[in-house]
Amino acid sequence: MYKLRKGIAATALAAALGAFISGPAQAQQKELTLCWAAWDPANALAELSKDFTTQSGIAMKFEFVPWTNFADRFLNELNSGGKLCDLLIGDSQWLGGSATYGHYIKLNDFFDKNGISMDDFLPATVYAYSTWPKGTPNYWALPAMGDALGWVYRKDWFARPEIQTAFKEKYGRDIGVPKTWDELKQVAEFFQGREIDGKKVYGAAIYTERGSEGITMGVTAAMYAWGFKYQNPDKPYDMEGYVNSPDAVAALEFYKDLYKCCTPPGHSDAYMVANLDAYKSGQVAMQMNWFAFFPGIAKDEDVGGDKSGFFVNPAEKVEASTLGGQGISVVAYSDKKDMALEYIKWFAQPDVQKKWWSLGGYSASKAVLEDPNFPNTAPFAADFLKAMGGVKDFWQEPTYAELLQAMQKRVHDYVVADKGTAQEALDKLIVDWTQVFKDDGKI
Amino acid sequence: MSAASTRSVLEPSPWGQRFAALLVILYALITMIPLVWIGLTGLKTPPDAIAYPPKVVFDPSLEGYVNLFTARSRQTPEYMASLPPPTSWYDELVRKRNMVITGPSRFAERYMNSIIIGFGSTFLAVFLGTIAAYGFSRFKVPLKDDLLFFILSTRMMPPIAVAVPIFLMYRALGLSDTHLGMIILYTMVNVSLAVWLLKGFIDEIPMEYEEAALVDGYSRMQAFWKVVLPQAKTGIAATAIFCLIFAWNEYAFALLLTSGNAQTAPPFIPIIIGEGGLDWPAVAAGTTLFLLPIVFFTVLLRQHLLRGITFGAVRK
Amino acid sequence: MAVARPGKPVQRAHGLSDRAVAWIFISPTILLLLAINIFPLLWTIYLSFTNYRANQPGRLVQWVGLDNYRNLLGSEDVWGYLQATAHFVGWSIFFQVLLGLGLALLINQKFKGHATLTTLILLPMMLSPAVVGVFWAYIYQPQAGIFNYLVNFFIDAGSFTMIGDVNLAPWSIVLVDTWMWTPYVMLICLAGLRSIPDYIYEAAEVDRASKWRQFWSITLPMVLPFLMLAVLFRAIENFKMFDMVVELTSGGPGSVTELASINLKREAFEKWRTGYSSAFAVILFVTVFGAGNIYVKFLNKVKQR
Repeated sequence: MYKLRKGIAATALAAALGAFISGPAQAQQKELTLCWAAWDPANALAELSKDFTTQSGIAMKFEFVPWTNFADRFLNELNSGGKLCDLLIGDSQWLGGSATYGHYIKLNDFFDKNGISMDDFLPATVYAYSTWPKGTPNYWALPAMGDALGWVYRKDWFARPEIQTAFKEKYGRDIGVPKTWDELKQVAEFFQGREIDGKKVYGAAIYTERGSEGITMGVTAAMYAWGFKYQNPDKPYDMEGYVNSPDAVAALEFYKDLYKCCTPPGHSDAYMVANLDAYKSGQVAMQMNWFAFFPGIAKDEDVGGDKSGFFVNPAEKVEASTLGGQGISVVAYSDKKDMALEYIKWFAQPDVQKKWWSLGGYSASKAVLEDPNFPNTAPFAADFLKAMGGVKDFWQEPTYAELLQAMQKRVHDYVVADKGTAQEALDKLIVDWTQVFKDDGKI
Repeated sequence: MSAASTRSVLEPSPWGQRFAALLVILYALITMIPLVWIGLTGLKTPPDAIAYPPKVVFDPSLEGYVNLFTARSRQTPEYMASLPPPTSWYDELVRKRNMVITGPSRFAERYMNSIIIGFGSTFLAVFLGTIAAYGFSRFKVPLKDDLLFFILSTRMMPPIAVAVPIFLMYRALGLSDTHLGMIILYTMVNVSLAVWLLKGFIDEIPMEYEEAALVDGYSRMQAFWKVVLPQAKTGIAATAIFCLIFAWNEYAFALLLTSGNAQTAPPFIPIIIGEGGLDWPAVAAGTTLFLLPIVFFTVLLRQHLLRGITFGAVRK
Repeated sequence: MAVARPGKPVQRAHGLSDRAVAWIFISPTILLLLAINIFPLLWTIYLSFTNYRANQPGRLVQWVGLDNYRNLLGSEDVWGYLQATAHFVGWSIFFQVLLGLGLALLINQKFKGHATLTTLILLPMMLSPAVVGVFWAYIYQPQAGIFNYLVNFFIDAGSFTMIGDVNLAPWSIVLVDTWMWTPYVMLICLAGLRSIPDYIYEAAEVDRASKWRQFWSITLPMVLPFLMLAVLFRAIENFKMFDMVVELTSGGPGSVTELASINLKREAFEKWRTGYSSAFAVILFVTVFGAGNIYVKFLNKVKQR
């Protein structure tokens, strides 16, 4: 055993030093494959998992797919009964389908046997990332990564005297972190087309992606702030007057105005990566993005350190934000479910969770988040706690992909392609969604 | 048009020729811009690749190629300072950006998959195509024309149209995301092209050779093997290259039916991302490496291109 | 089975009969196509009459008759995708024919070095459409892209976006397809031009027909069957177009470039409406197949003239 461990440590070291050794050499030993999206936190998780390999002798392989292909690829993988992933960190919206169609294994017994309690995790994350049907004690995942939509701004630009004077002259107030969407738009308008350090800059980078879930995540960030509800709280699937409420229409119109007035040219198909690019290259004063990217931004070569500040999704009528983040699940088709459960057991330990946060992963563990010192551990830590207090999620129904595709189309048609009015877009969306629920036998 | 000229009336005038050459050269230049641009982008650094206005003159760097083949992670300056000196040029290049190489990327694997699946399916398609073409060319087959048309018509189907049942079939048979599954699939798509092309080539081989061989005591199989095949060598090679190019370039099936194991390069190249954004130099480097074999084959094939792209309907 | 029939030539007695060889040679191909092409097609047709969903294993599969077809043909959105497809197919073929024929005529002047130039021009059509889509997305970038830079070099268009603009996006995919496939039409036209015997032109010269007249009454009619063949192949391919456009625009903005195949993939592999998408697939296949057959009949008539 000792020898083996030493061997693994040596291999890990060799790999870390940049030796071009490929996988097959290690194929005989115990190995798990973890599937997730390709982004900063995934690299942090790969780093964290080295400890697991050292302790257990189980090597970790990773399959990271970019966000725009993420749902497509892994839902396809699940639906084809693929054995690629033993562990899957899947989106919260997949829970309904994965639980109903048996893609994930249920974790209740495992949790009980190993003394893992969901009370040790932030309730909002347990509700969002683990339970199906929603809010019942049926757990299909362990909260792995808390996340919400937030904003990043150029603190250094905001602090320049000439900017401050010019802004005050124009709007009669001091420039500062936007508290409402109206303020946000003012700031964005102010920066749009302005010259900073001899370069033309733009207001804000917002989500407008068509292919996967981008524009829906962006638009709902505005709609939630206007108090958006998906359905009648007393009568499930009754959407008339909720989805197309005057507030919802106003929020959608606002989002379109923001897109038209204050985004960089050609920002018509942008999701996380495009926003990051626009921001990091110094093109925009603000960007909307997931908290998951904030550690990376804080230590970025060009815009890191004091140059960037962070704020929660602005309110308009209520304080709310779009939910991101994922739970970690064991795939039912895997041949190595026991080893996969071993990983989850290891991952749930408070010490591991603390290290997870220190490496840039957003732990959902109370041991981390309720530590009195937590808000001081990062410039965005306090905002993260605040954001997680008011997150809302898209439908988590088994038919979520259809519901999402419908919204992607209707919203993109309106916001980017100038088709119809906001009212029409949301009216059509209700028709689409009603049809989906009817097909699924829900109404 | 002077009658004194010794030129034939059909010979274009030298000025006409020069004018034509000028226009064609102009077109060729314009059409090459995107390709040259991609080749150049592969030699840029990531900041140069997204600089605006675009940089036409720049310091070449191999960062794109290094990024293409490695996985890297960002480290703190303190950690970087604590490292022993870099052991190689690529290590040094990566460290300049405060990063360390953590291992190889998946690109080499995907490229290898493209090669395995490409050559495997090409071999099978050409083998099946050759014998079927010989069968159609030399024997009386009932409903020959209908069968040939049937074979051609399978090519008219949008790949996505049959992808659903193939997905279901592969799921049931466990062929999803396997090399074998993809080889069978591409063989199916390519075999129609192979039959049509090779039938044309074999039709051109005079029957007399085989008949002489048969009289000499060869069996049909022997005659096919020892007489027809050597004659059809060029045709088979050209067909093989066409099949290979198709399998090499195919995207839709690969996107829908492969994942971590048997994925080929085309669905992989678009998603090579660096830190944050799409790593354009790495994408361009991958694209260049992916396109180079095709450029080579195109030059090799130029005599037979026309036949290949028209299913043998037009022969030069 | 192996009983040698009397009367057969002696030298063949030790081999298989021609008939057996023929079937042994042909049947593997036919069987393969039946198994992985025709069987799936029949399955698609069956599924198109059901409400099956491939992502819901336990779901009761119901026969829904023509419901899927009715929903499809009654949907405004579906007609929108077909319109986008028609725009793309129509215009890309128009430009390719125009440029391809023009280039072929020029290259047929047989100036020095035309063979090398031809090979160079042919390159784009041999490339992977998906990869072409990716790098054109880079080329079209409004700020860092070379396309806007070059356009602005000639006219002051400012910073505009090709694939993000509702009006320009459909043309952006036509442009890329034209860039890629013009050489294809050119190559086939060139073959047509070279098939015209010299004596026809010589006779025309004797009759003192103008060059212009020679073009209209000799060149064009003789090249026409070749051109029509090129159009047939391009039309079929572009009607099926998926990879290049999905990588370039993924159907956006809105649904402006959402071609039929792109939507089909969304319905089949993202929404998993297997029955519905099967019906869509059948409609598309019947369209291509039907139109293709009619066109081939017409083409044969032109050839006979």
